Amino acid sequence: MLDVVTTDTLAEAAQSMGDRTRFLNGGTLVMRAVNYGDQRFDRIVRTREALNDVQTHGDRVQLGAGVTMAQIMASRDLSFLAPAARAVGGPAIRNMATVGGNICAPHPYGDLAVALLALDGQLALADGSTLPLATYLSDRKGLIRSISIQRPSGDAFRFRKVSRVKPKGISVMSMAAHLNRSAGRLSDVRVAYAAMGPDPVRVPAVERALEGASLDATGIQPALAAATEGLTPPDDALASSWYRREVAPVHLRRLLLGEDTR
Amino acid sequence: MKIPVTFTLNGTEAAAFTDPGQNLLDLLRRNLGDLTPKFGCGQGTCGTCTVLIDGEPHLSCLILAEAAQGREIETTAGLANGPDLHPLQTAFMEGFAAQCGYCTPGMLMVAKALLDRNPSPTRDEVIEAISGNLCRCTGYEPIVEAILTAARAPRHATGRTA
Repeated sequence: MLDVVTTDTLAEAAQSMGDRTRFLNGGTLVMRAVNYGDQRFDRIVRTREALNDVQTHGDRVQLGAGVTMAQIMASRDLSFLAPAARAVGGPAIRNMATVGGNICAPHPYGDLAVALLALDGQLALADGSTLPLATYLSDRKGLIRSISIQRPSGDAFRFRKVSRVKPKGISVMSMAAHLNRSAGRLSDVRVAYAAMGPDPVRVPAVERALEGASLDATGIQPALAAATEGLTPPDDALASSWYRREVAPVHLRRLLLGEDTR
Repeated sequence: MKIPVTFTLNGTEAAAFTDPGQNLLDLLRRNLGDLTPKFGCGQGTCGTCTVLIDGEPHLSCLILAEAAQGREIETTAGLANGPDLHPLQTAFMEGFAAQCGYCTPGMLMVAKALLDRNPSPTRDEVIEAISGNLCRCTGYEPIVEAILTAARAPRHATGRTA
């Protein structure tokens, strides 16, 4: 028998968390587990506190953990993030699925999380602490209150989801990049992948290879050669590890050069 | 422990006691007797449990029933006005947009949400609107055509939505 605890605030919800407990936000993952009789938890915690604020502070924007994919797609301030939000499920799912839930979603989900990684995501947790998204993804401890991301200028932000079923399908992989340019050369580049390991990750080998390079077919060659360096892509029903390694440079090239944006 | 929950169902106040962990679909079907939303996959893939909450499509099998407290819920049971079918229902029937019919309630609800928001959608907008709903019979074309036909129907054009 499930126990459901509903609190007035996120802080109270955080204090109610414990063993065999799941935090319910949009419900698209936790309720699925409930429907399938998942025995790993017998307690659900949820909060009435609205976590759906979007605030802009200079060159950064802060999204509450309860902001939905549909809310992102409808926001003019978040238009750069709309392609990643649109990559999540169908319209009904996008009315329910939240930023916080996508960050906590296990492989092969996390299409939005990979975009947030490339946009220098910094999390604020329910206990008031802050930490980089990349750090949080290593253990996913603590309830997320909000995430602050960089607002990209021009076409600096790129996102690409690769799936077998269109327009809605689970990722073979997804990729995002923030391509800052200085005097015609790339600098301070961030590149992230999802579904290329157990969690969405930044790809330091690719980022190093792009530093100081020109954003053209020749300039990105070293980055393509390093496309899967240090990664162990998973074998699953969607694709083998070998396949993911083989096609990753192709999709990375398309991402970086803005080719074939289907 | 039973939890009381009240909401508006197709324009009428509804009240029920929900069990902890019970989803909205189960509450609608078992507790309130509205059998129009269907259980398909239980994991957010098929869309046949789609209902409108505050006018937007949601998957009722993935919503904790008690989270529906105070919301406005619409199901296919509320589409017809007595013997008068909603233009979408008429178009689905006349256009053979249902074969086994299992996906139809979900298709109708996402289509209603689309037409309420956008009375003259393009074909691409219709395809996008139904992209979260699976149909294994029709090949989707009759459904897309039916929604476009309903969009041109007089009752819809005058804003009446039964």
